[in-house]
Amino acid sequence: MNVLTNKKVIISLLIVLGIVFPFIIPNLYYLHIMTLAFIWTIAVYGLNLLAGYTGYLSLAHGGFFAIGAYVIGILTVKLEMGFWLSFLLAPLVTMFIGLIIGLFALRTKEHFFAIYTLCVGYIIYLVIDKWEGLTGGVRGLIGIPLPEAIGPITFQSPTAQYYLAFFIFLLVVAVIYRIVHSLTGRTFIAIRNSEDLALSLGISTKRNKLLAFVLSTFFAGLAGAMYAGFIRFIGPEIAYTTITFDLLTYMIVGGIGTFAGPIVGTFLIVIISQNLQFLQDYRMLIFGPLLTLLIIFSPRGIVGFIQMQLYQRKRKKQESLAYKNREEETNAGG
Amino acid sequence: MLEVKGLTKRFGGNVAVKSVDYSVQQGKINAIIGPNGAGKSTFFNLITGVHEPTEGTIIYKNEEITRQPANVIAKLGVARTFQSTHLFEMSTVKDNVIVGHRLRTKSNLFDSIFRTRRLKEEEQQCIAKAEESLDFVGLSHVSDQLVTNISQEEKKRVAFALALATDPEIVFLDEPTAGVNPDETDEMAKLIQKMADKGLTICLIEHKMPMIMQLAHHIMVLNYGEKIAEGTPAEIQKNEEVIKAYLGGTVSA
Ligand SMILES: Nc1ncnc2c1ncn2[C@@H]1O[C@H](COP(=O)(O)OP(=O)(O)O)[C@@H](O)[C@H]1O
Ligand SMILES: [Mg+2]
Repeated sequence: MNVLTNKKVIISLLIVLGIVFPFIIPNLYYLHIMTLAFIWTIAVYGLNLLAGYTGYLSLAHGGFFAIGAYVIGILTVKLEMGFWLSFLLAPLVTMFIGLIIGLFALRTKEHFFAIYTLCVGYIIYLVIDKWEGLTGGVRGLIGIPLPEAIGPITFQSPTAQYYLAFFIFLLVVAVIYRIVHSLTGRTFIAIRNSEDLALSLGISTKRNKLLAFVLSTFFAGLAGAMYAGFIRFIGPEIAYTTITFDLLTYMIVGGIGTFAGPIVGTFLIVIISQNLQFLQDYRMLIFGPLLTLLIIFSPRGIVGFIQMQLYQRKRKKQESLAYKNREEETNAGG
Repeated sequence: MLEVKGLTKRFGGNVAVKSVDYSVQQGKINAIIGPNGAGKSTFFNLITGVHEPTEGTIIYKNEEITRQPANVIAKLGVARTFQSTHLFEMSTVKDNVIVGHRLRTKSNLFDSIFRTRRLKEEEQQCIAKAEESLDFVGLSHVSDQLVTNISQEEKKRVAFALALATDPEIVFLDEPTAGVNPDETDEMAKLIQKMADKGLTICLIEHKMPMIMQLAHHIMVLNYGEKIAEGTPAEIQKNEEVIKAYLGGTVSA
């Protein structure tokens, strides 16, 4: 009970913090960083659903992020469609492309799946980079419009954009929470644990793996569309594998296969890298070894580490309680 | 109830199971014995859909299931345990078992996201089933422990509970007492007997002869993939070829 109420308190506090952040720190630059962190977290949640919960490490995730961004870019800039309709279509189109790629990719397993998807990710980059007529090639797409006003709400100011991203972020977290903590999530976890066992329990691993894959591309596409709508300029570098590896790092640091991991990992690293900006690319000299150590000492990241500590504390408490009870019994008996 | 005809499995040039005819006796404890590498596990894998047979047919309740995938066969009421357990060690015993009843539920992604009544009902159903199965195998007291913290024998019992949670009619147990000490082996034998008493059909691979002779109603002996004998425990004990196979081949404890 204690933990549960604690959790509720923590969640409420975080939501309040998210709401008041623009007032406590009225700094446009920090607002920009926070908005981006929300967007990255959504993408990481998609990756975590597939790699963390279902056990299939996709290295095409950055590619799907870029597809989401380019779909909204092409629809609004080239076809001059409205923002919201394009925004709705972007994750759906990404999901459809994900479905087709997933059908092939999921014929492979483990490291072959990782290698296969790495290639897929690179092909997505090449297509975006070379198909000038559609994507603008290296010049990219400029002038993605602002979201149209919804009634009295407009999205011109950075603060409004921050709140929009925050709102979608909360929605995604809630949806992921429900997926993960339901029979669907349990099915994914069963597949990650052992496909043979899952099959023997009557679970269609094929169908559920495809579901996890398609869902992960949906969230990647959504995050991509949000990114394009926020930055309003996109170039082929957002499809580059560095994006995939950034997302992967956020997930692993936070805790692969944990619910809070994507938030913890993304915000932590985004904030730390902002403060280490002066080191430029040498940041990696610090991050690399830290990441290696973390994987060795806590394969399930920061959140996994904390969970383990909490569990062990609870267990020790129970054991000492049982011990005390036994002692009292023998005392009463003697 | 379950019948196989001419069942054969070749892995490359290696014939793991060679033209076996066999029928499982309903409601009984059926045992399959044989030296290591005789093809017992492969035989189970063929019936439960893990491997596709090279030749032969498998008929379950008058329906041919020969090339059906494992998940479809499970839904028909055929459950199994593996020679090595595949449990999720970092999760609780109960959480491991809850998913065992998933195959009897219909909730989909939509139900999960909107937490529909169907999802809530089916989740309760899965939890109740897990508790019932854990109670049956005598593990209620560890249901909140992480699997990594329970004993080898308890893990075997969790695997039983998982199989039972699927609501099976027939259960295939692949060496359920491997790596379990003698006292615990007796307890496992009691549990298997209890499952049979409940009306389940049991098919069992075992190496521990005293246990088999005491438990089984019917025994089939495999050697180099071939059925060399079958019959009651008394018949098998007297069978010349069986004695030869066990003394001549690799005797395994
Ligand atoms: N997946 C597989 N691929 C190739 N050979 C296999 C496979 N599974 C089993 N075998 C071979 O089939 C034979 C029978 O193995 P198995 O059924 O595990 O024997 P048992 O369970 O009786 O000890 C062995 O020679 C083994 O090497
Ligand atoms: Mg075996």
